Amino acid sequence: MSVKIEVNGEVVVAYLSGDIDHHTAKPMREEIDKAVESNMPTLLVLDFKDVSFMDSSGIGLVMGRYRILNPKGAELAVTNPSPQIYKVMHLAGLERLAKIEKGGMKNEAVK
Amino acid sequence: MKQLNKFSMQLLSRSANESFARVAVSAFVTQLDPTIEEINDIKTAVSEAVTNCIVHAYKNEIGNIYIQVRILECNVVEIKIRDKGCGIPDVDRAMEPLYTTAGGERAGLGFAVMQSFMDNLRVVSKVGKGTTVTMKKRISVRVKSNGQQG
Repeated sequence: MSVKIEVNGEVVVAYLSGDIDHHTAKPMREEIDKAVESNMPTLLVLDFKDVSFMDSSGIGLVMGRYRILNPKGAELAVTNPSPQIYKVMHLAGLERLAKIEKGGMKNEAVK
Repeated sequence: MKQLNKFSMQLLSRSANESFARVAVSAFVTQLDPTIEEINDIKTAVSEAVTNCIVHAYKNEIGNIYIQVRILECNVVEIKIRDKGCGIPDVDRAMEPLYTTAGGERAGLGFAVMQSFMDNLRVVSKVGKGTTVTMKKRISVRVKSNGQQG
């Protein structure tokens, strides 16, 4: 489990890896929140390309970040979820809170 | 339904055991040659049930989690996850999507995931005694290239 943070102007990209469950979600949240607090992005991208497993603890992680960003007028996007991860996200209706790009962000802002 | 095989284990309710529990159960189920999607469904459902034991049943203590997996006739897997924790006062309410007593970072989707990813879910709970979650899933029978069932 790890988080790699990349900052591109007003965009923060958090590359998540490993399993996301109740045991691993807390340190991941803390890393992401630290990056959000110090960079005040207009867009936070959570990249799931290297996430091998996720249960509903990952949904809590995404929803919690939305609750932090939304009052600041910032947006949230999710990229590259595997079919298993997308299935959990879809069940939770995450599409209503964050843009989900199965093939990565097309937005040039993240480049 | 006739039992063909069985596996049991007992774990402490430490969050580090969540990963071991779902991997151990899914490894046992591989004898039925499940698809990747079926094995992921089982791993996710087990992870939710074990997390419930840790977060809710043994909220302020460390207790035992008992897991039993049975292979039944017709390619059916039965997974029973039991704790001797605080119990659930209102099971119907606890099973409502987005309902949680654990606060901000929990999604309240544990039972919804179990229900959606497995074919059958039964929750029996008694306050002060504990909770037993029983889930069943039928693993699809795949036909091999020689025409035999896998």
